[in-house]
Amino acid sequence: MTYMPVIQTRDLTKSYGCVAAVRALNLSVEPNRITAFLGQNGAGKSTTIKMLLGMIRPSCGEGTVLGKLITNAKENREMRRTVAYVAENKPLYGYMTVEQTIRFASSFYSDWRTDVARRLLNEYKLPPQRKVASLSKGMRTKLALLLAFARRPELLILDEPSEGLDPVGIEHLLQTLVAESAEGVAIFFSSHQIAEVERVADHVCILDKGCLMVDASLDQLRQCYRRIDLVFPFPPDEREFRITGVERVRTKGHQMSVFASGNAEAVVERARDLDAISVEVAPVGLRDIFLETVKEN
Amino acid sequence: MFFKLTPTTGQPLYLQLMQQIRHATETGALQDGNQLPGIRTLAEELVVSPNTVAKAYSELEHDGVLELRQGSGAFVCVKRRTRSLADHVQVARRRLRDLIEGLREEGLLDEEIKRAFEAELLYPAEIVRKR
Repeated sequence: MTYMPVIQTRDLTKSYGCVAAVRALNLSVEPNRITAFLGQNGAGKSTTIKMLLGMIRPSCGEGTVLGKLITNAKENREMRRTVAYVAENKPLYGYMTVEQTIRFASSFYSDWRTDVARRLLNEYKLPPQRKVASLSKGMRTKLALLLAFARRPELLILDEPSEGLDPVGIEHLLQTLVAESAEGVAIFFSSHQIAEVERVADHVCILDKGCLMVDASLDQLRQCYRRIDLVFPFPPDEREFRITGVERVRTKGHQMSVFASGNAEAVVERARDLDAISVEVAPVGLRDIFLETVKEN
Repeated sequence: MFFKLTPTTGQPLYLQLMQQIRHATETGALQDGNQLPGIRTLAEELVVSPNTVAKAYSELEHDGVLELRQGSGAFVCVKRRTRSLADHVQVARRRLRDLIEGLREEGLLDEEIKRAFEAELLYPAEIVRKR
């Protein structure tokens, strides 16, 4: 079966003066999946998300969200009806109470689910009569999430949804994401919580300095990335390990550590040909993949 | 049934879930006809993507370990073949126990043995055959 991507961009670029925040991004986000969008602060994640939603104009390139052109105002309005979005800074009106905010938001959306809003209000333990301005950071995040989850969109775009949440709040958020995904909602979210991403995401995109560095399924990453630690009877020559898939080689005396994004078998064979005394292959977690990727760039 | 998936072991989560379900049928923790939770329920319980559970279930159905019935969930079907696999596992465990005992007598620490096992298991089967 072939699906149309829920998000697709072609050479999407945003420059501020001579600084490129996002460079020629080619992104394709599949439906029926949880896709995580990782990157350091300032990597261009929020800029990308804002371009997708038509909040800022790309410098060049094009993109579609649910088949609608992001630079066409009319198509953009139609798209926003079926996309729920939680912004990075969780903008809410401080002078409204929690209850007023929920009632206010519900009036904008035809896909609003009153029962879900009520259930989440209860589960998040949000005080209905409290003014938004006096909420803690975690509570603000919960309220912003409630406003998105109470809808029944085709696509959920979340920018740092776990910001300010305690471990219990994060667990609840992840469960909600899983439940939404089971109902067929496509999810695209940015996060710094790598351990959490590693549990729930199907697919990972890593952005660094505006460029897409990794675009792969987590299964693929788990099966392909390896760290191979080697010990040789003599100081080894790094040039022997210029093999496809080898991302980084470090040597210290007789020891060598190879970080590979694939082809670990070829590294092991080469090491054996060079009479390695010890060969140890270890899996690499998403945290290390992320750190090595942004370090290398 | 309790399952525990570890995201950092270098093995796809759906494979881990498949192995744990298979293991449970071999030990008898899951018996013929037992019902497993629905995809959504198990995904929420384990806090993993529903695709992980769906893929594990459909692969196990393909292998004949599970039967998926539209609308009513997944049911375990343990045929004789998987029972004989359970016997194999028992024999293998005895051999492993002897091997580990031997390695300990040679002075290897448990941590070293564990690392060696993990490293060897990461080699794809074809390389092991070549060696």
